[in-house]
Amino acid sequence: MAKQIGTFERRKERLDRGIKIRTERLYAILGWQEITYLVMPRLTLILGLLVLPLILGMYWQKVLCSAGIFALLAISFDFLAHYVGLVCLGGAFFTGVGAYIVGILNSSFELSPAFTIPIATIGGGLICTLLLLPCLQLRGVYFAMVTIIYPIAATRIIVALNIWGSTEGISGLTYFPNVWIEQYFILGIALIVLFGLRRLVGQDYGIVLRGIKDNDQAIRASGMSIAWYKAQAVFIASAIGCFAGSYLACLYGWSGLSSFALDFSIIPIAATVLGGPGTFVGPMLGAFILTPLSEMLRAIGTWRIVIYCIILLVFIVYKPEGLMNWAQRKYHQFEHWVEG
Amino acid sequence: MSKFEGENLLQVIEVRKSFGGVKAVDRVSLELHQGEILGIIGPNGSGKTTLINLITGFVKKDSGKVFFKGKDITNSAAHKLADLGITRTFQIIRPFHTLPAYKNLIPPLYSPRVRQTAGGKLGDRDAVAIDILEEIGFERDAYVPYKLAGSLPLGYLKRLELARCVAMRPEVIICDEVFSGLSIAEIVTMVPIIEKLQMNGISLIMIEHRLKELFRVANRVMVMNFGEKLAEGIPEEVMKQKNVREAYLGTEAAPC
Repeated sequence: MAKQIGTFERRKERLDRGIKIRTERLYAILGWQEITYLVMPRLTLILGLLVLPLILGMYWQKVLCSAGIFALLAISFDFLAHYVGLVCLGGAFFTGVGAYIVGILNSSFELSPAFTIPIATIGGGLICTLLLLPCLQLRGVYFAMVTIIYPIAATRIIVALNIWGSTEGISGLTYFPNVWIEQYFILGIALIVLFGLRRLVGQDYGIVLRGIKDNDQAIRASGMSIAWYKAQAVFIASAIGCFAGSYLACLYGWSGLSSFALDFSIIPIAATVLGGPGTFVGPMLGAFILTPLSEMLRAIGTWRIVIYCIILLVFIVYKPEGLMNWAQRKYHQFEHWVEG
Repeated sequence: MSKFEGENLLQVIEVRKSFGGVKAVDRVSLELHQGEILGIIGPNGSGKTTLINLITGFVKKDSGKVFFKGKDITNSAAHKLADLGITRTFQIIRPFHTLPAYKNLIPPLYSPRVRQTAGGKLGDRDAVAIDILEEIGFERDAYVPYKLAGSLPLGYLKRLELARCVAMRPEVIICDEVFSGLSIAEIVTMVPIIEKLQMNGISLIMIEHRLKELFRVANRVMVMNFGEKLAEGIPEEVMKQKNVREAYLGTEAAPC
């Protein structure tokens, strides 16, 4: 018998865990171990977020709230960019519109946050969508370039017209009743948005949106208006952004030009790159990493921008899939050594 | 001439389109009868695809009119025409790369037309999509419908284009070179699919370079050259015409 020819090296073999069946919907669950396997990541995230306010001090509780704001913005950015193909660099426009609606309603009509926030979310979403409507026929980098103008133009217009407190902003707004409502409100909404959007992009409706990203002409050929579906997607994303802005206004009791600050456009993008585009949970975690980090680095002032840049650079070059895509892959695969 | 002499399903009257100084389509008229397969042939650059783009509303017409079942659809948007049942494939395939093949059929199945004609009851769209794909030659047993569209070979992607039209429950399918780039063996399996569509009462316009296979299915052909209609009629007679042979074989130096 001839000896079998071959290399007898050890190599790592990766196998997908067989729980998920091909249709993406059915799970073949064979006992509590596999239930744990499926539920654990989600449960860890939910419980982890809900426990955080209890163990953090006063200062870090505030940081948690702004991390929640950035998490929402990051999820909204990820939804538009990765699932609809609209890279929106004007996230700050959404927060600004939301914040100013709360500011105006609260200062002029004395409405409480219980009314201003829902109005700002839906109304702000509609306003943003209407204003972005002319740009919806643009694709890719052109849409990105146009959207970056919106927050800048908004601040200039407010200053030039000398309205809504101009450079001073609108101050003395109603705060949330207490610090617990503040925190659990934003965390709860962030979780709802996270799981809601994840569900949405798997539905048939979400498939149409993803189709627009892949090939918008084929969507037209399928008898659907691209502009109409893009507008709906922009409404969803901008309503999330406007909610974040309205929450911001209630959190600090103030809405002003800095609600349109570049931070609200840029940090969500950084969080998305860091966390893993397309996963929703990745951008959210990215925001929960970057926001505290930027607080810790507050002492070194402008240098933190350099550190941001280095983090982004390292991730874009060496781990473009981001943390969550990597972690999910590792979680769903067995790895073991095999001979030959 | 042909056995399909009845009602005009689709009527195109003297449509015209120029890109700059180039007359891509110059006063071309055509009729498509109910249940008929009309082939459009012509050398490269003769304006076949532009003509399709004009009819389906993907490119704006300079002038001319288009009627569908007697209704003026000249200025309708592309998605409105698809909604009426005039669907098309793309010569340069346009799949949704990041979705599995069967999910590629979700947008057409989700479209207003299908939702309405199905009377609200379509069953599980995924299951319907897989059934359509299987009928059009995706082997379910080999899990082909579940593979990412981006990873499928060209033969399947061409079928996927056709499947997207079929999923729309169309009245007219306009095929822009569905045979091109396929091997003879693949084309041979496509021909019965086209014939089956016709038997189901769908009218087709087919742009093709593969004349032999086209003539097997087409009831009538139209020849285009330099944006103009050169000839029209049943395949054998058209190919006998002198000007058609010249356009294809180039017995004289082509004017340019």
